[in-house]
Parts: sequence; C-alpha cells; structure tokens
Amino acid sequence: MTPAIELIGIDKRFGAVHANKDITLEIAQGSIHGIIGENGAGKSTLMSILFGFYSADKGEIKIKGRPVKIKSSSDAISFGIGMVHQHFMLVDPFTVLENVVLGAEGGRLIGPALAKAREELTRLARDYELEVDPDAIVGELPVGLQQRVEILKALFKGAETLILDEPTGVLTPDEADHLFRILGQLRDQGKTVILITHKLREIMAITDHVSVMRRGEMVATKETKKTSVEELAELMVGRRVLLRVKKGKAKPGQVVLDVKNLTWKDRKGVARVDNVSFTVRSGEIVGIAGVSGNGQSELLELISGISKPSSGQIIFEGKDIGILGDPRHVREEGLAHVPEDRQHRGLIASFDASESGILGWQYDESLGRGFRLDRQAVVARSKKDMLEFDVRPADPLLRSGKFSGGNQQKIILAREIGRDPDLLIVGQPTRGVDIGAIEFIHRRIIALRDEGKAILLVSVELDEIRSLSDRILVMFAGRIMGERGPEANERELGLLMAGVSKDAA
Amino acid sequence: MAARGDLPVWVDLALIPLLNLLFALVISGLVVLIIGENPLEAMWIMLKGAVGSLKGWGYLLYYATNFVFTGLAVAVAFHAGLFNIGGEGQAYMAGAGAAAVGLSLEFLPWPIVIPLSILASMAVGAFWAWVPGVLQVKRGSHIVITTIMFNYIALSLMAYLINYGFRPVGKMAVESREITGAYIMSFREVAREFFDLRLPSTPLNFSVFLAIAAAFAVWYLLWRTKLGYEIRAVGASPEAAVYAGIRPDRIIVITMAISGALAGLMAVNEILGAQHRLVLGFVQGAGFVGIAVALMGRSHPLGIMLSAMLFGLLYQGGTELSFAKPDINRDMIVVIQGLVILFMGALEYAFRPWLTALFFRPED
Repeated sequence: MTPAIELIGIDKRFGAVHANKDITLEIAQGSIHGIIGENGAGKSTLMSILFGFYSADKGEIKIKGRPVKIKSSSDAISFGIGMVHQHFMLVDPFTVLENVVLGAEGGRLIGPALAKAREELTRLARDYELEVDPDAIVGELPVGLQQRVEILKALFKGAETLILDEPTGVLTPDEADHLFRILGQLRDQGKTVILITHKLREIMAITDHVSVMRRGEMVATKETKKTSVEELAELMVGRRVLLRVKKGKAKPGQVVLDVKNLTWKDRKGVARVDNVSFTVRSGEIVGIAGVSGNGQSELLELISGISKPSSGQIIFEGKDIGILGDPRHVREEGLAHVPEDRQHRGLIASFDASESGILGWQYDESLGRGFRLDRQAVVARSKKDMLEFDVRPADPLLRSGKFSGGNQQKIILAREIGRDPDLLIVGQPTRGVDIGAIEFIHRRIIALRDEGKAILLVSVELDEIRSLSDRILVMFAGRIMGERGPEANERELGLLMAGVSKDAA
Repeated sequence: MAARGDLPVWVDLALIPLLNLLFALVISGLVVLIIGENPLEAMWIMLKGAVGSLKGWGYLLYYATNFVFTGLAVAVAFHAGLFNIGGEGQAYMAGAGAAAVGLSLEFLPWPIVIPLSILASMAVGAFWAWVPGVLQVKRGSHIVITTIMFNYIALSLMAYLINYGFRPVGKMAVESREITGAYIMSFREVAREFFDLRLPSTPLNFSVFLAIAAAFAVWYLLWRTKLGYEIRAVGASPEAAVYAGIRPDRIIVITMAISGALAGLMAVNEILGAQHRLVLGFVQGAGFVGIAVALMGRSHPLGIMLSAMLFGLLYQGGTELSFAKPDINRDMIVVIQGLVILFMGALEYAFRPWLTALFFRPED
C-alpha cells in the first residue's frame, strides 16, 4: 500500500540553526505515527513544513505517492492534511458550529453552510465519539472539548491525515484517555494520525510506529510493539560528550531555600506547579531538569515573587517569601534572579546597556539618593560590570538589544551576581549563547557556588544540568519526578523527563 | 543587511521629521493651488506673518507655550505606553482650578496666589487624567476611549460651571469676571512698567518660562529619576518591569496624573496669562495639537519645544494668511496640521525603507 505521506530529504535552516537535516519519513495509511524528541529536536519545524507554514530548503513531499508542493496551510488542507495546534486556533465567542465552518463557508450566505455543517457534525460525532454540542459557545467549553472542536474542524474540511502537536499538554488524564479513544476510532476508520509528543507513555499506549528525532536529525523509526520505553529514551537523549566544567566537590552548608508543598494553578484551574517540595543549601547547585513547559518557568516565577503561590510555602532564610508575591521585596531579602526570557524579562532592548544593567535594582540608594537616579553612577557601575564580565563591546551607552545573546546574558549575570545574593536562581543561562560565553557563564556560576552561595538552576539542556549541578531534580507535568546525583546516566534522566518514574510508581 | 533602526541618529531625529514636514507642506501647497491661490505666495505670507515682526514672534511663542504643555502631557504618557488624548479636557477643566483660586484669593499678594493657582491648575488637570488611569487599572477600560469621553464630559461640565458658577449675575457673555490681582504679566506690560519700552500688543507672557521649566522638569523626571526609569520601563516592556519589581498599575495611575498636570498648565498660560478670565472653550484644540507636537518631537522635551514652535508658526502664520487671503481661512491651517499629523504619525516609516536603501547600498 502506498504510504499516506512521504517526506524525502527534507532540509531546513534558520540562519545558523540547522533545524531539519535531510529528513526522510514514511507514514503508513491508517496508522498512528508518533514523533518524539526533546525541545528543539526539530519536530515542530518538520510538521510546520508539512502543513505549509515553512517551506523546506530542500526535499520532496509525496502524498499518496503523488509529489506535491505545499506552499500554505490552505494547500495542506486541500491535500487532506489537518492540524491540531498546541495552542488552539479557535474564535472563543463563536459557537462550535461557527468555528467548524470557519474558512469553509462556501458562499456569501452562512445559513446553508451551517445547516450542512450541523448534519456533518452529527455524523462525525456518531462515527468517532466526538460529541460536542454544536450550539455551545467555544470559549465556555473545557479545554478537552475545545480540542475536540479543533479535531472536528479538521475532519469537516476533509482531513485524511491529522497532525496533533503535543495534544495532551493541556488535558487532564481522563480527557487524554478519551482523546486516545478518539484517535483509535479515527485510525480504525482509515484516517492517518501523526502525534508529536515528548511523552513516552503516550507513544507506547497508542502509536503503531514511532520516529525519534534528535538535534534536527531523524535517528530512528521503530514499530512501537518492538521497542521499549528505555530504548526510546536513550535514542531521544543520545550519548553525548559532556561539556565538562572543572569543579571541586560541593560543600553544602545550611538550608537557604526550603520549598514546601508549593502549588500554583493557572486561570483554568490546572495545577502547573503541583505540590513541589525541595531544598537548596548554601554552597551547592541544584539543577532542575525537564522538557520545557513542565512547570519550571512557573516555579521560577513563584520563587522570584513574580507570581503568588496557590498554596504551599517558599521559605528563604527562615522567611516565607511566597506570601510577599513581590519581586522587589524578594530581591531585597537577598535573592537574585536571571530570568529565562532574556529578551523580554531580563533586559529592555530599547534601553541602553547601563540602564538594563540596573533593572530590578533601580531603587538602590547607591544609584542615587531618594528619587534621583544618578546617571554617572549608573554608567560607571555598568562599565565596571562589563569589564569584570568581559562584555563586548564594553559600551554602557549601546542599546541593550544590539548586544549578542551571550553578551546580553553576561550583562544580566553581572547585574544579578554583583549584588552579592545569598541565593541565585537561574533560568536557561546559556540558551542562544555561543560556546565561548557558555564556558564563561558556567565558570561564574561555579565560582559563586564556591563562595558558599546557594544556586537553583533550571535548564532544558540536560548537558548543562549534568555538568553544573550537585543534585538534579527532574520536573514533569508540574511535579518533581525524582532526585538524582550528577552521575546519573542520561537514560535514567530521560525516562524521568518523559514522565516514567520508578520511585513515584 | 541593515535592520530597522540602524540609521544614524540624526536621520531619525532630524531628517525624517523634516522630510515628513516637507511632504505635508507640498501637499498643503497643492490644496492651496486647487483653491486658486499661489502656494508660494501663501507660504511667504505665513512666514512673514509669523517671524517677520516682533508681533509675529510674540504670537508664535504664545501659541508654542500652549503646545509645549499639551505636547509634554502626551509625551510623558507615551513613555509609559499610554496614549492620553484627553489633554483637551484636562486643560479645560484645569482652567476652572486656575480661575477659582485666582478669583477667590484676590485679597492675598500675587506671589502667593499665582503659585497657588498654578498648583490648582495642575491638580485639577491631574485629577481629570487620574480618573481614566484608575479606570484602566481597575476596570480595564482603555485610556484612549475614556480620555476622549472625558473631553466631552469636560466640555459640558465647564459650560455648566462657567454659566452657573463663574459668570457674574447680569453679565451677558458666558465668562467669569476679570482676574485683576493675581495674573501673570505679559511681556508688553513688563516692558512698559519696568523698562519704559513699547512692545507690540501680544498675549505672550511669563508662562513661556514655565513651559521651558516644565520641559526641563519632564526631561529630568524621565531620565534622571527612579520614577522616570520605572515609567519608561513599563512603557518599553511591561514584562521586564514586573520582573524588576515595578507595579505597572501604580505607574499607569501616577503617569496619567503627571500627564494631566502638564496639560493643566496650559490653562495657566491661557487664563492667568492671556485672558485674565475664564472663558468658554478657551483650549481651542491645543490639547489635540499636543498629540501632533509630541509625535513630531519624538516625545523628547527638546523636540517638543521645537515642534511646538513650528506649530506656533503655523498658527500665527495661518491667522495672518487668512487676513491677507480671504479664500484661505483658518480651516486651511487645520488641514495642514492634519497632514503633518498624518505624515508624522501614520506615515512615520513611509520614507524609512527608502532612506535605509540610500544609506546602506547593498554590499558587493
């Protein structure tokens, strides 16, 4: 039988990043095909090429054996490809019916299209267990049902192949089970499903085939029955040469940060940080590993006071800073924070470097008494920081946005370390940073540890976590899956990152 | 490849505004041509009327004083990412504050009353902008909408206040009685009283120095104080501001109050300096001109002073022009103003790609 979709030699670069390297993939008709890989492995890029959001630099796409050119998502839809995005593309105030016909109205009057859609929806609901009230307002539906509307939308437009991007990220376990039943039905009726995920359990539970991507390459395609969670985890993470940083043994002192049963729920009531407890001692680096979007960002925001916990405590040097919920007070207690989002949080691109260099410390009396901001003091401080942290160019008057990623990060690090904090929390210290700067930043973090400071490191780079941390915590779906030493092997960590835990059973 | 924003600073700050102005004038010239007048002659009459005599300069600077205040009001809000287009109403309401203090405390010496009535103008203006700020923070009502609505409320409220509160019984004109004690002296009066000099009669008064002081104060606030840093941080990146422990809600409310206070100062020039009484509709669109002034001046106090003078020139020159050429009435000036706003605001970047291409020839 001809495969539903063939990707042959797909290659895509974004500037210096080689997102997809010569990828060849065959997807069988009437099957569920999983694509798995870490953040930035190239899964989403590949699917975006298939759905017409990007065009590949090289390579060919065949649908049912016929070579096609997909230039836009409407091309993709006309070839029978439907996509359910991680973030839904729905019009909240519209009804389910109106959302489904959106883009397929088929005339100037909406009446006939709606009548036809209503009939079609009833049929789809019957065939695939996709019941949704056609007249419900989409914005008022729970997430699981909204996702069903997305699937209905794709099917209504005649999708033969359905791409789902991290579909269970927003679902409760019950909703996820129901989704899997729907996907099973779809397959049994001859539809093809492509499932992008980083959750190994889901792959094992419902797919027929699984392809593993790593760093832009397709490393393996397996029949799901003939593989195991362990094998996939290893393929996903790979064996890498560690960027080892020289460091002595940690000499942990007393507890500086004590997080107790910390929970944070988003507006929809989903616990994004779920009953998390851990401690960080002085003189040690605790690393939090995990695939991005598993609650690490939220955890950083809670500890730094940007958001307030729903329940639980954040005890910093004996004081509960969680109830403050105010970054300024938290900072004044002696906590420094290098945020994950350097461009939008860490500095202000339109400000000059010296002004970004005081962000968060603008109240400080050393920068001007009372209401005054002493420009000379600000510039002088920035100049000093820049020389100490080897920022290039060391020009305090240059706009922050004009520095390279690595130099921006050094400006932030200089600012945060410079105030002699007791605890430094760092998110993604080296994301988008060149190798030279990575080494520099790592050395500074270790030096800070050796001074007896406590450090909490969050990174999606497993290498980084392993080479810097004295203890590793793995986060998955808002929970801490387990703790390991830095000597833990990748496979073990990979399993924890994918939500498979022996300790938590 | 040159990205946006890589042009030299002087191009951004001087060349682009001038080019925009030039195009606005060329198109205005076309309109004059359609009316059947000679655009070059019209331009010459305007220029001569505004800067060809002491009288012209007097009026030019008097108008510019108003525009500096309203322009600064728009600019301060703009730095916090807010678009305060309620300067008109804020200035109008402030007139009531200035007049109320000026009229009721006449028995006190002027060095006390004048500062008090200036403060009263600022306070009332600030209040009229503070309310929309609070509404945005607490209720999510957008400032653009609420400040516009507040202009209309001010219009009706002031008509009521002037008619039933300030107008002396039996007076026909809808205006307050004259402020005789504590007003701000005009240049003409000072020259006559103290230097025995004769200056042409213009409404130019010492408020012009208040405008210069306000411009300096705004610069100092924005770039030399912690509050200014916070205002600019909120405007440039609310997310980063939150990270830095700044509460954007608080900054929005404070900034709106400052902005309103600046707009309120316009009433000082008009009521205490020029008219010496509270009259109906004295703002005459200066609040809206402030938007154009701030846009053209790139929200920088120095730029605002320059563009305020340019608009002063347009106003004064336009008045002269309407005397000389009855075919061209004052509405023509409104058209030119509109064109300047269009080119400065909406088409701000129209010439950019073209200039970028000119400055950065493709490599090899």
